[in-house]
Formats: sequence, C-alpha cells, structure tokens
Amino acid sequence: MFKKDITPGAKSKVKSSAQRAIRGKIVEEYPLLGPYIDEIIPKKEQLDLVKLPDRVSLYTLGSNPLFFQHMDDALIPHLAVVHKYPNCFPRLRIDRGAIRFVLSGATLMAPGLTSAGGRLPNPDADEEDVERYGKEDLEPGTVVVVEAEGKENACLVGVLKMGTKEMKMVKKGAAMEGGHCLGDGLWMLNLG
Amino acid sequence: MTEVTTGAGGPESHAKHVVYCGVCSLPPEYCEFGGTVKKCEEWLKVQHPDMHERLYSEDVINANMSSLTIEAQKRADKDAQKKAAKAVAAEARALEIKASSKILIKRVERNKRKYVTAVQGLEAHGLDLKKVAKDFGKKFATGSSVTKLPGGGEEITVQGDLSDDIYDYLVETYEDIPEENIECIEDKKKKGGG
Repeated sequence: MFKKDITPGAKSKVKSSAQRAIRGKIVEEYPLLGPYIDEIIPKKEQLDLVKLPDRVSLYTLGSNPLFFQHMDDALIPHLAVVHKYPNCFPRLRIDRGAIRFVLSGATLMAPGLTSAGGRLPNPDADEEDVERYGKEDLEPGTVVVVEAEGKENACLVGVLKMGTKEMKMVKKGAAMEGGHCLGDGLWMLNLG
Repeated sequence: MTEVTTGAGGPESHAKHVVYCGVCSLPPEYCEFGGTVKKCEEWLKVQHPDMHERLYSEDVINANMSSLTIEAQKRADKDAQKKAAKAVAAEARALEIKASSKILIKRVERNKRKYVTAVQGLEAHGLDLKKVAKDFGKKFATGSSVTKLPGGGEEITVQGDLSDDIYDYLVETYEDIPEENIECIEDKKKKGGG
C-alpha cells in the first residue's frame, strides 16, 4: 500500500468523542490489547489524524504513529505498535526466503507461509508454535501480523486475502495484499 | 507513550522496547535486507555491542545461509548486491543535489519603498519550511509565511527587506549549508539581475 515514499497531508485533531469510538473499536478488534489500551492511547491525550494519499488516514499520538485505516476498513496497527505489543495480534510466520520480497513491498504469497520455515495456525504443531501462532484457522479479512523465520520482530501487517485453511490446501496465490511492511513509505514517514 | 522504555521486560506487563537501527531505521535484525548492511553493522557495533555480537557472529550468518538452497542463496546475493548498489547511488545523488542546490534570497519590491523577501530552495537542504518560516518570523519580528509558487514548489515569504539579515542568519544557524550556496538577488518587477 505504501511502496513509494509518501508525504503526510493535513493534520487535524480528533474529536474526543471520535477518539473514544476509536479506542472502543481497537479493543473490539484486538481484544488482547484491552489491558494496554491506556498505554497506547491514554485517555487524556489528544490524538491526531493525519491524512495520507489514497484515502488512508493515520492516527498519531504526538509524533508516534499508532493505527492507520483505509476509508472505513479495519484499523490496522502501525508496525511500531506491533513491535511494542507483539503478543496481542494474530500472527503468522514466513520463511527466510520470502523476507526480502516482503521487505521490498511485494504481495505476500501463500508458499512463503506454507513451507517448512513458515507458520500458520495449526492444532497439530508442537506446543510452542500453537501458543504463538494459534490453532484456529483465520478467515479472509482478518488483520494479521507477519513475523519472519529466525527474526524476533514482525515485518509485515495487513489484511488476509485468503483464509489460512484455504492456504494450506491450495498453497498458491496471494495471501495478503497491500500491507504495511518494514521500510515502506509509512514506516519511513516523518511526522514532525 | 510515556512508559514504553522499561527495557526488554516481559511483554505481558509492559510494552516491549525495540531497538531500531540508526542508519536504516529497521530493527537491526532486518538490516541485512536494507542495502546499507555495512553501515548498519558499524552503527550497531558502536551502539549495541551485545546485539552486534548476536546478529553478526559467524555461526549466525552460516546458519542463515544453510537454511536456503544454493540456488536461492545466489539469487538472494544478487538481489542484495543490486540493492546495495542502488542505495549507494541514491545516497550519492542526494548528496550531489544537496551540494549543488542553491538557496535564493530575493528582495521583491512590493510597493515603491516596501519590500518582501522571498527565500527559495531551503527544502533541498532537508529543512522544514513551515518551521523555518516560523523561526524567521520570531527572529525578525515580522510576518513570515510559506507560499506556494505558481510553478509548483514552495517558498518562504518574509515581510520587509531582510535579505542581508536572512543571509547572516542562515549562515549562522545552519552550519551544514555551504555559504557559497546562498545567494542574494534583487528582484525588480519580474526578473532582474543581482
């Protein structure tokens, strides 16, 4: 979504009622973030809304980007937030070979997830993996965080285009389109 | 976000603190995909020696390599080289632009004895026009604003004839701008010589 460097547009303050709604939405969408929501968006702080190209709006706190949203789609966390609260989002993992493609902004493809180095929710995996990557299959449309084999931090976040069950069966095609990855325009964005 | 710097404490209780590379801004473990690996490595060695050891020791690199097939490795290598070359070229270009781009300070006659001063080209030196405009206004106690140029781009317009003052101020405050790149021009009605 942010392959090119982007320039932020107008910055405006978010109404406090809208801010409350955003908080509610975030908690609803990511229930695991519930206990930390006061850390991410303190009640008294003023959120800002920064308009980005292609009808994307980004919510920031001071100069920290928090969540972005395309039109009225799901609120997607910025990777900085994901890095701070890695356990609060549904996660997948890609193998090492796929990292360089993902980091250059390519569409995430299913083989990167289904191969030996990748992880999908799987009830038959060993205990550690089940705990990390869950066992319930994820539906298309879920916001997921993508980690990488051998790396600690996530490298991509976005909306699934294909359910994980289907991925396991087909093992082909695009798994996610237009995510936010490390080093893309949104990551490099400088909010004065 | 006030209390996120509580170290690498359990993510259960507090936000996890992630170190980002000062060169390419990615978490250091991803530096190898960024194209500026050498610089990143040096930076990490100075800033976080413990992490440097963990990420750049021989075993780790070998382990990374062995997890890929030889063919994939070759391709990845080629790609990495290309990327590095690209990064170097981009950096050189940016430097060149910076070195060659001039800052123009124009005195524009507005109304017989009244002048405004227009400053162009600051953005090429990595300055935020809005902030600089505010600084000018504060420093010289005049109106100062960012105006759009008809041909695209923006300039700072300061009220009053301040070309020499602005010249001095720029030289003094922004030391990384070479002095010979700043030029004062007197603009009559449309275009005139300096």
